[in-house]
Amino acid sequence: MYKGTRIQTLYNLLSIVFTILLIGILLYTVSELPVMGDALHPANNEVAAHYLVHGARETGALNAVTAMILDYRAFDTLGELCVLFVSACSVYILLRVDAGRKEEEVEALDRRYEPWNDAILSKAFLFLVPAVFLFGIYITLTGHLSPGGGFSGGAIIGAGLLLYLNAFGLEKTERFMNRIRYRRLNCGALGFYFLAKGYSFFVGANDIKSVISVSDQGNILSAGLIMPLNVCVAIVVSTTVYAVYLMFRKGGFNI
Amino acid sequence: MNNYIVTNLPEVAAIILFGIGFSNLLLARNLIKKIIGLNIMDTAIYLFLAAKGYVDNAVAPIVPPGAVDPDLYVNPVPSGLVLTGIVVSVSVTAVLLALTVRLYEEFNTLDIDEIVHQLRVKDKEAIR
Repeated sequence: MYKGTRIQTLYNLLSIVFTILLIGILLYTVSELPVMGDALHPANNEVAAHYLVHGARETGALNAVTAMILDYRAFDTLGELCVLFVSACSVYILLRVDAGRKEEEVEALDRRYEPWNDAILSKAFLFLVPAVFLFGIYITLTGHLSPGGGFSGGAIIGAGLLLYLNAFGLEKTERFMNRIRYRRLNCGALGFYFLAKGYSFFVGANDIKSVISVSDQGNILSAGLIMPLNVCVAIVVSTTVYAVYLMFRKGGFNI
Repeated sequence: MNNYIVTNLPEVAAIILFGIGFSNLLLARNLIKKIIGLNIMDTAIYLFLAAKGYVDNAVAPIVPPGAVDPDLYVNPVPSGLVLTGIVVSVSVTAVLLALTVRLYEEFNTLDIDEIVHQLRVKDKEAIR
């Protein structure tokens, strides 16, 4: 225990001095950076210009950010999805409780942490939850035409799942979102993403004519692989959000 | 030293936010507050990247077919990097919070000094 001792004071002082030094060094670096907002800024180089000018023709996606993360740099996004999946697995390993806990105890915990028969909550969420789901699906499906995409749409759908869980309880949520379905959805989405993008990169690198064509820009079915990949991303993000919340809800997980 | 510090105000704000998060990481005793400090640092990085990609008088990079002038749109590359950063930060936060739950169950405290103290006492007893 160092609380209130001289070592504690010294540590606090050193921390403050170190932080101020760090801020000073970084501010010095910022003062050497080029002017922000300049169109001739070195960060706005030919890579970004290529994505903006040729992105719509080459990928079919009008949203240049979606074109970048799901076409030009799609394997980076696959890595992100794997990071999400691995983090959900790590949380599961860390929070899994031993088989010692009884079923009734879990049921009692459910009663303590979830509102049961809360009329206002369930009636309000009856109207709110479908709207949230619809909005999330819309953002996911039009990710290549408007701002949004799989990550934001998946986060909204995940939030809708959390609302549903909090309003109606675990038992009702388990009817359409249980462990087996989580595993199937997640592994299916990751597998489809890997296979589709692997095919696309293999075909592109070897100059073979791909069966997936890009035409008719601006329509919802125009962008070739981008819309299915957006759906995959949304599935992984929403199920991960839901699974992580489910595990943290009671500080343990033993279903 | 060029005097660009006035023109790069969002970057200056990002650096100061980074410093606040970093000092929080060093000074806070509570593990949850440490995680909040880490998240403030993440947010500072997003602000820095968004400022890097900004172009004056430009709009979001939703390019209609046939557009040719890239200077009319902000740079899409830093936006993609921010997306990556958000995903990684969410994952790291989830794992850290899970570890914190486990530590609290073991030691019944969130104070890092208290946890170290209890570990030392345990070690001494093990040596005896």
